[in-house]
Amino acid sequence: MSFISNDIVIDKYLRKDMLPTIFCTGCGIGSVMNFCLRAIHDLNIDMNKTVFVSGIGCSSRVPGYIYSDGLHSLHGRAIAYATGVKLANPELKVIVFTGDGDCGAIGGNHFLHAIRRNVDITVISINNFIYGMTGGQVAPTTPLRSKTTTTPYGNIEYPIDLSMMAKVIGAPYVARWTTAHPIQCMNSIKKALQKTGFSFVEVLAPCPTSYGRLNKMGNTLDMTKHFKESTINIKTYEKMLAEGKDTDKMIIGELVDIEKEDFNTKYKKFCGELK
Amino acid sequence: MTNDVIRLLGKKDLFIQGDEAAVYGALIADCRFFAGYPITPATEVAEGMAIWMPRLGGVYVQMEDEIASIAAVIGASCTGVKSMTSTSGPGFSLMQECIGYACMAEIPCVIVNVQRGGPSTGQPTEAAQGDVMQAMWGTHGDHQLIALAPKSVQETLDLTIESFNLSEDYRVPVILLLDAEIGHMREKVVLPEVTTVKVDERVPATIGPDKYRPYRTGFTRPSKVPEFAPFGSGYRTYVTGLTHDKRGFPVTTSAEVHEELVRRLIEKVQDDIDDIWYHETSFLEDAEIIVVSYGTTSRPAVSAVKMARKNGIKVGHIRLITIWPFHYEKMREYLKNAHTVIVPEMNLGQMFHPIRETVGKDTKVVSAPKIGGAIHTPYEILKFIEGDVK
Repeated sequence: MSFISNDIVIDKYLRKDMLPTIFCTGCGIGSVMNFCLRAIHDLNIDMNKTVFVSGIGCSSRVPGYIYSDGLHSLHGRAIAYATGVKLANPELKVIVFTGDGDCGAIGGNHFLHAIRRNVDITVISINNFIYGMTGGQVAPTTPLRSKTTTTPYGNIEYPIDLSMMAKVIGAPYVARWTTAHPIQCMNSIKKALQKTGFSFVEVLAPCPTSYGRLNKMGNTLDMTKHFKESTINIKTYEKMLAEGKDTDKMIIGELVDIEKEDFNTKYKKFCGELK
Repeated sequence: MTNDVIRLLGKKDLFIQGDEAAVYGALIADCRFFAGYPITPATEVAEGMAIWMPRLGGVYVQMEDEIASIAAVIGASCTGVKSMTSTSGPGFSLMQECIGYACMAEIPCVIVNVQRGGPSTGQPTEAAQGDVMQAMWGTHGDHQLIALAPKSVQETLDLTIESFNLSEDYRVPVILLLDAEIGHMREKVVLPEVTTVKVDERVPATIGPDKYRPYRTGFTRPSKVPEFAPFGSGYRTYVTGLTHDKRGFPVTTSAEVHEELVRRLIEKVQDDIDDIWYHETSFLEDAEIIVVSYGTTSRPAVSAVKMARKNGIKVGHIRLITIWPFHYEKMREYLKNAHTVIVPEMNLGQMFHPIRETVGKDTKVVSAPKIGGAIHTPYEILKFIEGDVK
């Protein structure tokens, strides 16, 4: 595990002339970026051969702060752009930073088809349950009854579960953590980066400025505590199920870890077989 | 690589469809990435690329929709690989946001749009020229891209190669506007000579990563086109669709940065308009009536002009090959002595508008529209010419 100082992270991995970030006080996105960079440091990944791709939204600003190639694409399209990058140059490590709206609403179709294709990219989806960049509108992940600027009387739509969706469609690696689980999250990002094929890490992150404020959830610390209380590790959950019990808590942990041949490998093989 | 492709294609003379000609043009131009989505009447382009890309070390992928197709094409192009997609009206509409991204981020790509009758699902198997205005103005904001319109299968092959060249040279999306008629018509095509075919590459970064600025121009050559460092080259480029400075970093509230950037995006193409504005003229010397056409419509237009000349009518013809950018200055010069300009189009009058903007009040501009799928007959255009004899 990476216990390097922040100075090393900043010095080695950040584009200093892009700082400070646009993130609000208490925002969880910086933490997730930090987890990812420490995972990269531990794995000694070559930043000259790494491309960070994103769409539009708060979390999509992350690639701008990282000193590597970056592709800040269009709203919802990050995974489609990333597919082009990875297929055209399989030597590149491609990491997508996306949000819950970017990935689950406008980009939902690209998400599901990149999983189906098993493109060898790592997608880190920072889920803050709301559209932060535009000031707090309802997202596909917003829980029932939650207040947002466009659900002033409470949300009546059922939320989508991105990790379960990834699992069902067949992603070879899926994990979900929260910013209250830094070590576990870093470990999962490390595993995701080493997985050949589509790897997905969802991180629940606090947005005290919009989601927290509108739902009277307090500051970042309060929200982080809430993440610990409202989630349950998959191992505990499985034990509960065996005992015939169930829970409303959100399941976190490593949800899928299997081997599955990725698109590039399959493509290369079939090209070699052509006469 | 190009030589290998021409050898691989075997025979020098081919009898193929326009859609296939676009495929062969792309192969010769060193296109090695294709992402697309099936749509009539452009599907044969994707089918051709599906056959050839795996054999040439390239990538073919069928994406989940047209937005994903153009997105993957732009992503692939960021790694330095020449990339293309093909579509028709409905798919072309879906691609518009990404086309604007390619303009803003200056990522070369080629989009073959085999036009069909619209709006909406319209007439999938029938030809039209209804996307002429959309090609230029379909995406939001001020910008400049290039669009070419071939009149034959041979020219489709030649202009596909040229589309790649212009796209690489100017770092803009280039739209090749076919229509269902050319796309599905078979004609003889002669492959270019290996020794003469010109294939351009985008200008690489010529300065070290420490001094490189992705959007700085003019430091190694006079052009307003920046040098390109592909992803993975160690230059660590940040590419964004936000208004950005020369480092490529977002600067979204400065009027100066925005104006400098957007003006350069337009000027880098407009400054060279004399070189990239391809066109043909005939019988212009004494012409009092001038027919201006492009694409498929040029075929009956040429016949009509010749018939009218036989009848002693002083009529000339201009065929636009580059339809965007539109060369107002040159067109004004060509049209200045005509009392009437006739614009036959397979739409209800699109190119008619910039032409009407070009001429003075003493020149009448007549739209000769035809929609529904059939191309104009020479007689239909001749009637317009005869109707305007003074």
